[in-house]
Amino acid sequence: MSGMPGATRTGVPTPSRLARWGILGTVGLLFAVPIVAMVEFTLRRGLEGGYSLDRWITVLTFDLGPEYRVLGQAIGNSLILAAATVALMLVLLVPTMIVVQLKLPQLRRVLEFVCLLPISIPAIVLVVGLAPVYGVISRAAGSGVWTLALAYGIIVLPFAYRAVQSNLDAIDVTTLTEAARSLGASWPTVIARVLLPNLRPGLLAGAFISVAVVLGEFTIASLLNRQNLQTALVIVQKDDPFIAVIVTLISLLVAVGLLLVIGAIGRGTTRRTS
Amino acid sequence: MSTADPRGTAPRGSARTAGVIASPVWGVVPFALYVLLFLGLPTALALGTGFVDGEGAFTLDNVAALADPFVVSGFTTSVVLSAVTAVIGAVLGALVCYALIGTRPEGPLRSGIDAVSGVLAQFGGVMLAFAFVATIGIQGFITVLLRDRLGIDIFADGVWLYEAPGLVLPYIYFQVPLMIIIFMPALEALKPQWAEASATLGGTTATFWWRIGMPVLAPSFLGSLLLLFANAFSSYATAAALTSQGQSIVPLQIRAALTSETLLGRENLAGALALGMIVVMAVVMALYALLQRRASRWQR
Repeated sequence: MSGMPGATRTGVPTPSRLARWGILGTVGLLFAVPIVAMVEFTLRRGLEGGYSLDRWITVLTFDLGPEYRVLGQAIGNSLILAAATVALMLVLLVPTMIVVQLKLPQLRRVLEFVCLLPISIPAIVLVVGLAPVYGVISRAAGSGVWTLALAYGIIVLPFAYRAVQSNLDAIDVTTLTEAARSLGASWPTVIARVLLPNLRPGLLAGAFISVAVVLGEFTIASLLNRQNLQTALVIVQKDDPFIAVIVTLISLLVAVGLLLVIGAIGRGTTRRTS
Repeated sequence: MSTADPRGTAPRGSARTAGVIASPVWGVVPFALYVLLFLGLPTALALGTGFVDGEGAFTLDNVAALADPFVVSGFTTSVVLSAVTAVIGAVLGALVCYALIGTRPEGPLRSGIDAVSGVLAQFGGVMLAFAFVATIGIQGFITVLLRDRLGIDIFADGVWLYEAPGLVLPYIYFQVPLMIIIFMPALEALKPQWAEASATLGGTTATFWWRIGMPVLAPSFLGSLLLLFANAFSSYATAAALTSQGQSIVPLQIRAALTSETLLGRENLAGALALGMIVVMAVVMALYALLQRRASRWQR
């Protein structure tokens, strides 16, 4: 992650204007086709042909029949899960990363390995083993929506770890801590007033990417028979594919917005440290 | 687990026991427990159930079922689908990365492409299935366009969108963005000095790419290719949303085994299928780790 601006301006040969825009234009057009197709699909006016905005107006004014209440509830569930997963990340992962960075450098490789492990274990494999685990959880703690966040905390681990670790690498944690300690700060003060403010960009980026992953999650929820945004979309799509596609387009747009924010936060970090 | 910490406990040599109680190791215990319970235990259970029959006795029957033609065809389809989409995705994605050389990383073009790539690579899943039903479904935009304007029926030999071939296009749609995300840093790590050295010695742009750029990037490219393969191989949502009954690829076979209990007349087949998937993933990720080591040689 060498964010040296201008490093590529000289040296490495840049593609010609024609090559650049030829490639980007072609790939861009191809990738736009399914999006255009979805928009066209939602505007179709049934058998008589022609186009209308009726369905978009129905969705955007929340004028849906009671049969779509499941969708609203599922969006609520997904938001609860997103919040609970981020909380889990902040409470369990972040303190561990700080402790390892400061006090247990010999565990850094182990922590990295563990956090990146979920990339190699497909969610569909994890769910085979999660089914019995959730059997026990349901008996002990009930089957509240939030319990699924315990599994989601694992699948966001690689993304959250990378976001926070790149921030930890960019600031000199040891020097900051020693400076604060030698000026008489207690450990809670060091964490609350020195480390957390410096880690804010990484924590925010980690939180946003976790939210995006949780809102897009389908495999685990579907196979554990839980309801979230994605499983509800599949159900709604069977009744009324138009509504499902409209919600899809809106979610994609929201997700792009979310990731643009992450990008802006990321650039904030590199600018400050370089 | 060692509690000896050269830096943290150095100033208090006398209070050995107190040092152990206040040891920073305790700080990682909650996280370790959590990961054990929700990553270690489920993985062990998933792999373990493959060796257990309906009554809980040890058996190799389920693992032997991995040789069943039905399961073999699932793994073959999964591997071919992942390989084909990984190669196409890697080539197209690398081309886009090449086209982006020299653009400002913080400019609007790169920010936009980064955000869109992130969404399509990580968030898509179910929604990509809808997108392709709207595009090349029976009443899809492109299907209708080709049929009415050009007289071409893409489903002349039957509807293939809901079978394994129908997964190729949606998978490419998330593979290319993933390639852009993971391969761009490797391209950015190419040192300008190498190009200058090559130019000073009379090398052309073609010489630079052929003699320096491509050999240096080869390990990263192959590594990214492997990650793309792993990504497609473990992907479930798109396929599941496209077909509610299909069992063409391994993840769908696991779904069938989990929901019907008696796929191939065997219980706990899901565990054996999961074991098979983990073996494939372990091989791929081990190769990836090797290539990463090789690639990092040039990224210091």
